[in-house]
Amino acid sequence: MSNIHVTTTINGDETEYVCRPDESLLDVLRDRLGMSGTKEGCGTGDCGACSVTLDGRLVCSCLVMGAEVDGHKVETIEGMADGEDLHPLQQKFLEHAALQCGICTPGFLVAAQSLLERNLDPTETEVRYWLAGNLCRCTGYDKIVRAVLDTAKDMRKVAKKSSAKKTAKKGARHAA
Amino acid sequence: MPEQRLLTVKLGGSLVSRAGGRTEFKLEGRNIMEMLRHLGRDCPELEPMLGNAVSVAVDGQIYRDALLHPLNPDNEIILLPRMAGG
Amino acid sequence: MPLDAKTSNDKKAFKSVGTSPIRPDGIDKVTGRARFGADMSAPGMLVGRILRSPHAHAKIKSIDTSKAEALPGVKAVITSADLPKYKDADEDILINIMARDRALYDGHTVAAVAAIDAAVAKKALKLIKVDYEIMPHVTDVDLAMLPNAPLVHPGRYDGMAENEHLALALQEQGKAKSKRKSTNIVSRYDFGHGDVKKGFKQADVIVEHEFTTEATHQGYIEPHACLANVSSDGSGELWVCTQGHFMVRDVCAALLGMDVSSLRVTPSEIGGGFGGKTTVFIEPVALALSRKAGRPVKVVMSREEVFRATGPTASSSIKVRLGAKKDGRFVAAEAVLKYQGGAFPGSPVEMGAMTAFACYDLANVKIVGYDVVTNRPKQAAYRAPGAPMSAFAVEGCVGELAEKLGMDPIELRKKNAAVEGTKSSYGPTFGPIGLVETLDAAKKHKNYKAKLGKNQGRGVASGFWFNFGGNTCVNINLNVDGTLALAVGTPDIGGSRASMCLMAAEELGIPYDDVRAIVADTSSLGYNDVTDGSRVTFASGLATINAARDCAAKLCKRAAQIWDIPADAVKWENGAAHPAGANAGDFPPLSIKELAGQAHSTGGPIAGHYEVNADGAGPSFATHVVDVEVDPETGATKVLRYLVVQDAGKAVHRAYVEGQFQGGAVQGIGWVLNEEYIYGEDGRLQNAGFLDYRIPVCSDVPMIDTVIVEVPNPGHPYGVRGVGETSIVPPLAAVANAVSAAIGVRATTLPMSPPRILEALKSKSA
Ligand code: FES
Ligand code: FES
Repeated sequence: MSNIHVTTTINGDETEYVCRPDESLLDVLRDRLGMSGTKEGCGTGDCGACSVTLDGRLVCSCLVMGAEVDGHKVETIEGMADGEDLHPLQQKFLEHAALQCGICTPGFLVAAQSLLERNLDPTETEVRYWLAGNLCRCTGYDKIVRAVLDTAKDMRKVAKKSSAKKTAKKGARHAA
Repeated sequence: MPEQRLLTVKLGGSLVSRAGGRTEFKLEGRNIMEMLRHLGRDCPELEPMLGNAVSVAVDGQIYRDALLHPLNPDNEIILLPRMAGG
Repeated sequence: MPLDAKTSNDKKAFKSVGTSPIRPDGIDKVTGRARFGADMSAPGMLVGRILRSPHAHAKIKSIDTSKAEALPGVKAVITSADLPKYKDADEDILINIMARDRALYDGHTVAAVAAIDAAVAKKALKLIKVDYEIMPHVTDVDLAMLPNAPLVHPGRYDGMAENEHLALALQEQGKAKSKRKSTNIVSRYDFGHGDVKKGFKQADVIVEHEFTTEATHQGYIEPHACLANVSSDGSGELWVCTQGHFMVRDVCAALLGMDVSSLRVTPSEIGGGFGGKTTVFIEPVALALSRKAGRPVKVVMSREEVFRATGPTASSSIKVRLGAKKDGRFVAAEAVLKYQGGAFPGSPVEMGAMTAFACYDLANVKIVGYDVVTNRPKQAAYRAPGAPMSAFAVEGCVGELAEKLGMDPIELRKKNAAVEGTKSSYGPTFGPIGLVETLDAAKKHKNYKAKLGKNQGRGVASGFWFNFGGNTCVNINLNVDGTLALAVGTPDIGGSRASMCLMAAEELGIPYDDVRAIVADTSSLGYNDVTDGSRVTFASGLATINAARDCAAKLCKRAAQIWDIPADAVKWENGAAHPAGANAGDFPPLSIKELAGQAHSTGGPIAGHYEVNADGAGPSFATHVVDVEVDPETGATKVLRYLVVQDAGKAVHRAYVEGQFQGGAVQGIGWVLNEEYIYGEDGRLQNAGFLDYRIPVCSDVPMIDTVIVEVPNPGHPYGVRGVGETSIVPPLAAVANAVSAAIGVRATTLPMSPPRILEALKSKSA
């Protein structure tokens, strides 16, 4: 089996690698690129620990081939914080003690971010069903769900303020 | 010389069937180590269990590996299987 | 170590303890920087893979590894021939990590390879030829106890006292005596006091049932993983996810014939354990491969391997009889427990037996437990090992008794509850305990008053766990800027570093953020027992408090030297040394920062230590209340409300205490409703994956309400009790009682999967 050459974008950085045709994206990330923030809990698509987004779509990286992402965009946990600044979800997970061992945390954060990008006002039930593909054995999910709901609430406030500002600005410009 | 008072040591768990059904012993000993030594002498069938296969409850408190813990005749002393958690 | 005065007298005396700050390792864990077992690599690293038996029981006639060894890229192949042959306590572990002449269960390791990459390693496994002779097997606990059952260890128990067990067991079951000498029953445990025969004669009502529970897996999301590196001088390093790296070091060194000092074990972050990582599986194998290949070897289990070869807890078969007077007072209680713990002795039946009736004050109680071997993987500890199953059976009978007597289930429990001074069913007399307080708090909670609808039911159950202390060793080093480096030896499995920092900060009167905790490797700290038995916040906490006091004493001494006054004329308060007493003199206090800054020029570095075999861990009781709704069409159960009330003694980090309550409850919900090891006729595990072994997901459960009760433990300076394990003891019974109430039939078989519930409904209408 000869290796395949792949060019892709990971967390905004153009990245090149070679991989075997039967190698999963998860293995490429962890073993070839040293990005071990994405975790493996099962390798069969059942636990969500390996969650990443591919062109904005939430996927299990253990079910995606490394060769498949050529020319596409991959986002992982390593790209979630903006330098020193944590993403609001990361901050809320810490404040709510939404992690105990923390092995499931990268997967939950990536999945929750993908939910909030689609729906900034989810109900508890919507959160629970969206996250049903991510397994956590430590927390009983309570604090995870609370952290996600609380983040959504804060982000809505910020969104409201900034849109209010925008309208205000617009209004000001119109008036001028 | 006043007669030395003895420790009352009760058995629990698999120790009972090992000791041929005996559940209570009167033993000498100033600490757990001495008590276990006397118990092993009194009841050789128990000897192999008395290494690190037992815990000792003294007045309700469970001790594992505390051979030097002092004992006196007023203590409630119960020998239990060694326990471990998860 | 006794309770401090301030704890018992004034709850508000604490500054740091009892708050919920962000954990010191938090940022790494939300950014993906934290390194877990599989996240480490080394230059020249090989990939290790394991060949496992596909048979439940088979003689290994021969193993031919020559083709695998000849494959390019393969650097080492090992079998049991490469490991020493001990005949002592370590022998079972050694045989479990690598089969010798027989494979004892589906998934049992028979050989291992190290190769340049995963593809080559996989190929090499296929080239190993094992000649098996299949033998009869047994996987069910009741079948394994029958006189004609296939023997897991033929001849091993000949001539031992345990041989009597089969005879006794059969007698108790009313079956004929067996002539056979050898058996699968490897131990019998007896507990109790009083005279149960007499007791039952006084009973107005007697409830009696047989219960069964299936084996369930701890289900930690991180599979076992390690990286071993043995160099040519025989010294080695191991990076591993474990609950106890000192245990790993000592066991591996013994199994491989190494000096303890030549093996250094560094614990990685650990992705869950729940007891399942308190033993070794792949670690000695990885070390042996590395030694043979002369290169670092990483071994990571697949999820399938985790299910087939590690963990699960015991399955059980339990008979309970409980008698009471009309007024609800229990007069006699009796239980027979049979637990199979897989292919080796050591099922947690003795703890199941000891905890079974521990919640109650009983004049007449008798418990018998049998430890049984079968052709299943060797069980490993799982959160309060042995206790959830016996609580399921006993609390089921208590629930039914409440129904029969028309009594409130909480009142019935209160009437019989163990209190300080009660002689426990397993022997010792209880000190101060908080069962009644949990019952009162549960009754007061709004969940207990919620209205129930059609097909809905409420269940109550209480539970008990001992909690342990153990060997513990802690260092605190004062840094030049006045911050502290705290080194503990107990892996942090659920936020314990935060609790340790809180206690050190409390003692020294400094901000929480000024203390940084790490989990030190085996060469940097004295021996620490495994993180188990809910011991960490208690024992490592106690050691941390004392190490901090040691540090404070040294700081006072240093201040005394600087002031040139006697050391006992200095006291430590609010993060600074103060002159104390009449002739101490008048000096402005010296803060920890000032003392740290001049430490190197006033006598050298300052550090605190404490080493102890901690005893005095206080038991923790809990009461759970759950409401469920059962769909009569599908048999599916939905958990509507869940309440955990538990005695924490003193909650150090409140959010993590709640987290332990919630996590244990949901693991219990999985155990009672979904999870089970399913074996086929061929003795093979049929559901070795998260798809078919279904643990609860986010949409299966509601919020888990918690109430922290605090009845101080007299054995800890702050009153701390362990909290990690008790939370999984009541849920099996609580949910089962709720389901029984909803469907009107006593549920006695776990898991209560939809088909089982439909069957129960059918039998009711028939
Ligand atoms: S590792 Fe991909 S879903 Fe579990
Ligand atoms: S925090 Fe451990 S699995 Fe989620």
